[in-house]
Amino acid sequence: MIPGRFDYHRPASVEDAVALLARLGEEANILAGGHSLIPLMKTRLASPEHLVDLSGIGNLKGISVQGDEVVIGAMTTQFELISSEELGRHVPIIAETSRLIADPQIRYKGTFGGNVANGDPGNDLPALMMCLGATYAVTGPDGSREIAARDFYQGAYFTALEHGEILTAVRIPIPSPDHGYAYEKLKRKVGDYATAAAAVVITMADGKCTSASIGLTNVSETPLWASDAAAMLVGTSLDKASVDAAVAAAEAITEPASDMRGPAEYRTKMAGVMMRRALERARSRAKG
Amino acid sequence: MAKSHIELTINGKKVEALVEPRTLLIHFLREQQNLTGAHIGCDTGHCGACTVEMDDMSVKSCMTFAVQANGANITTIEGMANPDGTLSALQEGFRMMHGLQCGFCTPGMILRAHRLLRENPAPTEDEIRNGIAGNLCRCTGYVNIVKAIQYAAAKINGTPFQEAAE
Ligand SMILES: Cc1cc2nc3c(=O)[nH]c(=O)nc-3n(C[C@H](O)[C@H](O)[C@H](O)COP(=O)(O)OP(=O)(O)OC[C@H]3O[C@@H](n4cnc5c(N)ncnc54)[C@H](O)[C@@H]3O)c2cc1C
Ligand code: FES
Ligand code: FES
Repeated sequence: MIPGRFDYHRPASVEDAVALLARLGEEANILAGGHSLIPLMKTRLASPEHLVDLSGIGNLKGISVQGDEVVIGAMTTQFELISSEELGRHVPIIAETSRLIADPQIRYKGTFGGNVANGDPGNDLPALMMCLGATYAVTGPDGSREIAARDFYQGAYFTALEHGEILTAVRIPIPSPDHGYAYEKLKRKVGDYATAAAAVVITMADGKCTSASIGLTNVSETPLWASDAAAMLVGTSLDKASVDAAVAAAEAITEPASDMRGPAEYRTKMAGVMMRRALERARSRAKG
Repeated sequence: MAKSHIELTINGKKVEALVEPRTLLIHFLREQQNLTGAHIGCDTGHCGACTVEMDDMSVKSCMTFAVQANGANITTIEGMANPDGTLSALQEGFRMMHGLQCGFCTPGMILRAHRLLRENPAPTEDEIRNGIAGNLCRCTGYVNIVKAIQYAAAKINGTPFQEAAE
């Protein structure tokens, strides 16, 4: 399978990349790791006339703590998310989730920014970014702006990014050191997108849940933030009745497609099962 | 559409070439460089038969454009033997432990195992299995591949090789 012809550009700065994208117009696309875009180009589902490769822009890479946030550059690879000691200390659910993406080879090249900007509901990091309350920093011809992850996803492959805008970094509030977390993913085999998956972050005090956030992967056109379900858990001891009610509320907002991963009803139920398992593991990790 | 000029190092040799931007690294290696060791299995990024080493990463060369390898240092199976032509520890391990049958997956397996052992010189069986999760083998059932990698790790570390229990 050979992709269609295109011209290749490798700018050295964000300003140059933005200017190139503005000049080349709608037929230009951004290339990061290429591990979502190249499969589409090989099957000719995408045939951009120009690719603007971001890999030559040094300051798009890296992980740093700034105040009470972790800032991750868009071109940081998924492998780097797993191997960063600092990230593992502050937001360990990011490495836990990244380990479930594809396989080692894909994770060396696949980037964090590509995974969240792609807009494929099958990607694992978007629901996690909604769960964590992340903010996306983007730069375009009209300057820079910030978009909440929870407002970013509008449809399959359809996001709040305007053409010509580049995602440069993601800011993630550092959860309380006492938080419990888990990402649970059901997949048929290594390298498969989720049948359903759930990201859970909670805090507990005196046996009661004091905060909860839940993201769901691949059970709708977009990743989902299950805010009603999470709100139902706050104030409870995560007893069975409360968890049952929250799982039902989360299942109610799913709208999966029936596909080779199973019929829609099954995938909805699996989203509930993943959420329940993630809650159990998050609770066992939470202090308090 | 303009061709791109690329310069890279392949198996220790400097290479310059003109490539169409759409040329995939696997096609560049096999068809322009006559390095046919890396194979095309699935062509979709799943099987790992096309795995090569690129700047301290194992990459699937069917999912990478040759232009993305501009400036990179690449190793393929053709560059894996010792400089004197004898088999490297991994190659010897695959031979001694019968880590291959048809051999189609083997170049990718060896290149992936090479990076795995660089990052984790004494992996557990579990770490080996997770480490080669992106490489499929339709013949061996993986048991002897795991042994081959354990053999190589022991040889490189100078520790005794202990065959895992069946
Ligand atoms: C075999 C296989 C299995 C996989 N399994 C999984 C899985 O289980 N879970 C999962 O989450 N992913 C999976 N992936 C996808 C993988 O994680 C990709 O690496 C990721 O989705 C995209 O990142 P990339 O850097 O490769 O982006 P690219 O493919 O280069 O880009 C993807 C899209 O995002 C746009 N884009 C990229 N970077 C930016 C930016 N900074 N600003 C604006 N737009 C940008 C591009 O224009 C393009 O449209 C799999 C891929 C393969 C090949
Ligand atoms: S041919 Fe590249 S992964 Fe199968
Ligand atoms: S030896 Fe035949 S595919 Fe692995």
